[in-house]
Parts: sequence; C-alpha cells; structure tokens
Amino acid sequence: MRKACLLAVHELAKRDPRVVFVGSDITKQNLEKFAAEFPDRYLMEGIYEQHIIGMCAGLAMSGKIPYLNTIATFITRRCYEQVLIDLCLHELPVRLLGSGGGTVYAPLGPTHLANEDLAIMRAIPNMTIVAPCDADEMKRLMAQSLDWHGPLYIRIAKGGDKVVSSDARGFKIGDAIPMHEGKDVLLVSTGITTQVALDAADLLAKDWLTATVLHVHTLKPFDAARVLHYAAQAKAVLTIEEHTLVGGLGSAVAETLMDAGKGGVPFARLGFPDVFTEELGSQAEIMGKYGLTSANLAAKARQLLS
Amino acid sequence: MEQRALIDSRGKDHRRLILQMLVGSGRGHVGAALSVMEICRVLYDDILRVDPANPKWADRDRFIFSKGHGCLSLYVMLAEKGFFPKEELMRSCHFGSRLGGHPESRKTPGVEASTGALGHGLSIGVGCALAARIDKKSWRTFVLIGDGESNEGSVWEAALSAGKHRLSNLTVLVDYNKFQSYGPSKDIQDLEPFADKWRSFGFAVREVDGHDVPALREALKATPFDAAKPSVLICHTVKGKGFKTTEHNADWHHKAKVKPEELAALLAELEATP
Repeated sequence: MRKACLLAVHELAKRDPRVVFVGSDITKQNLEKFAAEFPDRYLMEGIYEQHIIGMCAGLAMSGKIPYLNTIATFITRRCYEQVLIDLCLHELPVRLLGSGGGTVYAPLGPTHLANEDLAIMRAIPNMTIVAPCDADEMKRLMAQSLDWHGPLYIRIAKGGDKVVSSDARGFKIGDAIPMHEGKDVLLVSTGITTQVALDAADLLAKDWLTATVLHVHTLKPFDAARVLHYAAQAKAVLTIEEHTLVGGLGSAVAETLMDAGKGGVPFARLGFPDVFTEELGSQAEIMGKYGLTSANLAAKARQLLS
Repeated sequence: MEQRALIDSRGKDHRRLILQMLVGSGRGHVGAALSVMEICRVLYDDILRVDPANPKWADRDRFIFSKGHGCLSLYVMLAEKGFFPKEELMRSCHFGSRLGGHPESRKTPGVEASTGALGHGLSIGVGCALAARIDKKSWRTFVLIGDGESNEGSVWEAALSAGKHRLSNLTVLVDYNKFQSYGPSKDIQDLEPFADKWRSFGFAVREVDGHDVPALREALKATPFDAAKPSVLICHTVKGKGFKTTEHNADWHHKAKVKPEELAALLAELEATP
C-alpha cells in the first residue's frame, strides 16, 4: 500500500508542478524515480516532524501541494499543534502519508503504534482522514488527492493486504462504499478491517445470516447519510476498527445513530480498549488478542441478533 | 550591546497608538509590542515589497510574525500602510473584529500566518523560502521571532533546516529583549552565547540596536549577509521600550484593564521624554 502511495505521488508530480515530496529520514525505496526526475521538488529532511509540518505549511502557502511521508504516529502525535495550527487552521493542501497506521509496527512496541491517530485527527476542524482498505483503493484515493481542498491524512496499512476493493464499486473521498449487501446485520469498517468484516460476512452466511459491509474509508468528513441508510435496514449494527474505541469509527457511528434518534438498534463496537496494547508479536496477534477477527465479529453479530 | 537609540517623534506616535489600542481592546501584550515597534517600522517602511491594495500579490515578500503576541506593532504598521482602516485598531480583540490578540491570516489583510503558539513561524518561513527557490522567484522571506520563543526546540529544528538548505532568501529577525513573562531571560533560560548558536547552525549573523531606525535599515538592506547562507539579525531591544514604567517590567508583559490614571501617566511620560 505504501508502494502504491509513493509511486502515485511520482505520477502526480509529472502531472502537476505544484507537487512536492517531503520525507523525514525514510527509506529510498519507491522514491528513486521521483528523486531522479524532480530533484528540486524532492526534499528528504531530518528527523524533525514539528519542523517539516510547518515547512509544508510554508510551501503550501506559497502555492505548492506537499506530500509528506513518515511514520504515522510521528506525524499525528508528536507534532499535533503544528498539524492543528499550521495546516488545519490555515486550511492548506498538505497531504500527510502516515506509514504503519494502527498496529503495523506491533513488534516494535507502543512508541511506534498509531492506535489513536484517527481520533486525534478527527478532533481537528478542516482535517480530512482516509484509511484505504488495500493498495488498489490507495491508487484511487491518490488520484483524487491532488485537487482535494485542505489538509488530508492518509493512514497507510502494512502492505500486501488482500485486495478487496474494485473499480466497479468506485471511490470518492467522503463516500462510504457498501462492499457486500445483506439484510440482517450492518458491519461498518474502515481501513484493513474491511477485509475482516467481509470474512465475517462469509462466516455469517453459513448460518443463513446476511450482512451488509459498509466500508467507511473516509473517517472525516463522515458519511452519516450512508451509515443511517444502511442502519435503518439492519436488525443490528457492529463496527470494527484497528484503533482505540475512544473517538474513532465506532464513536462516529454511535454519535451518528444517537444524533439521528436511531440509538435503539442493537449495537456493538470492536476495537482496542482504552489501554496501551503493550504486547509484542505481529499485527495479527495483537488484533487477535483484542478480538479484531472475523470469527469474533461474526460471533458478536450472532449474539446481537439472538 | 547597549540600546542607546532614542524614540523619535514617529516612534512616539506609534506608542500613543499602542496605548490607545490597549484601552480600546481592553488588553494586549504591551511589552513585546514596544520592543518590536522599530523592527516592524523599518521592515514596512524600507524593506518589504508588499502591496496593501493587493495583500495576496504572488510576488510579495513574506513576513512571518512568529512572536504573535507582539502583534499590536504589526497592526500599527499594517494600518499605517493602508491594509485596513486605522479605526479598526481600536476594536481589536472584540467580537466581530478582524484583529485578534494574536495575528490571524484568515482575518487580517497583510498577515501571512496565524501565530501565537510559539515556535511555528520559522518553519513556515523555511517552507516559503524553499517554494520561492523552487519557482526561481526573487521574493524574500522574513521571520520575526522572540528570544523567549527561542526556548522552543522547533525553532532550532527550523534553524538546522534553513542552514542545510543554505536559504539566503530567508532572514530571521530576533527580538532579543532579554525579558520573558516571568522575568529576565538569563534567570529562566539563558540563550548565550546566542550569536554563536546561530553561526553554528549555518547562519550569517549581525547584531544591531533594535530601536535604532537608521542602523536597522542599514543592516536589513545588507541582507543577505552571506550569499550562501540564511541571515539572522539579532536585534537588541528593550521590552516595554519607551516608558520607564513599562521597560523591563514583567507586569506589562500582558496588560488588561489599564486604569485611566495609568494611561495619563504614561502619556505624560512620553511627552516628557526627549
């Protein structure tokens, strides 16, 4: 997914002279062609995230469209004030490409996890947040990123994730995509948990239960209309996210349902509890420990429906 | 460096205006405004290529007012140059005003960036200067920072980067008034050897009396000090400059609710000063 993202930045740079790439001491892989073709617009900077966010603001104020890539948690937590003031208050078209969203860096420990990035980015006015589900969707997103108004945070997953999106279902920033349709339960997912939700839908089908999987790739602006539309047709609603339960997808769906007076529907949220997930191991092991699996999602759905 | 320069009649006019704004708005960071007044004056009189009728002119020089709390002086100069009517000065901070207690680019014509949280402006300035270089444009970037602000690590991140990129189209002005909110900077976080720090980060450095208008003009006209480096002009200033009552006085860092007798005493003091 990161490869698709960075190669897309190069393609965008060919199309538009405003595109500038900014990195923070990251690997050269997938950037060699950009660096060779556009050395003036290729800025590989030091390990100072506060500075490069402000620098991208200055570039954008002067007519550029900077694409900044580094580890997700370092461009969300470490320089939150710069993101909030320099980018969002000024509504600047800076694209933050966050590598290792969620628990991708599980073996590296809690300093490298981005389990609250969606929540803290969601709290800032003017921010747009997208978590694609696979590399193909990343390409569709990147094609639309050039002309998107204001700052954009893109959560990049591990890579090599199973491709579940398709051109046929389309992609538009801000529009949730129904990936599978059924009448019994609504599973709302984002990022790579859409794969988990689709697998859960298959498991439920074995019990003659049908599920709609609504892929909310854009956390903000939030597609409340589609969530309400599909929730109205379901007997239960479940959300799943590779993220803390504080302030992410599940919170947004709950807020949407309550605000619309639809809070009566059986409802459950799957995500990380309000703790530091300190276990090491793989992303799959961490997600497994906290129940972010298709089997658990299907089991919770059966519970709500019974 | 001693600050021997006297405040001339225009400097006194500016200070009267700042006091009137303080009364009109009910509050303000007086000390910082008085220490940067001459820096702002020389920039807008003699250095910056800007067009008040077209504040977003693409080829304008960029002035990032990073120590946002000193903005009363910025507003005085923007009004004087015609970016907005002078009458608006008296209503700053009020509901519906375009002038805030810290400068905001989305509200106030002529303000390049919204600042107030310290340590942001120099990075923004580095980005502006890089953009001008990429586009091969001759417009320049000036960033005003404070000495207290220079406690922020992000200032030195930006300084490293400006030095690395050899941004000769970038000039940093430091308002070195040696006084912070709590008291003397040397008691809180001493910055010395300050000029050496900038030199070691790759800057060409000059120092000047920040209230000496001809000296400021001469120094700023000499930028870049080195054709292959960013410039920094360390402006030795006096916090609260112009009134004995306010100089080096932490009570006047931020002032709300100025009493009429205090105002009268300050105005009288200004008249009596040679």
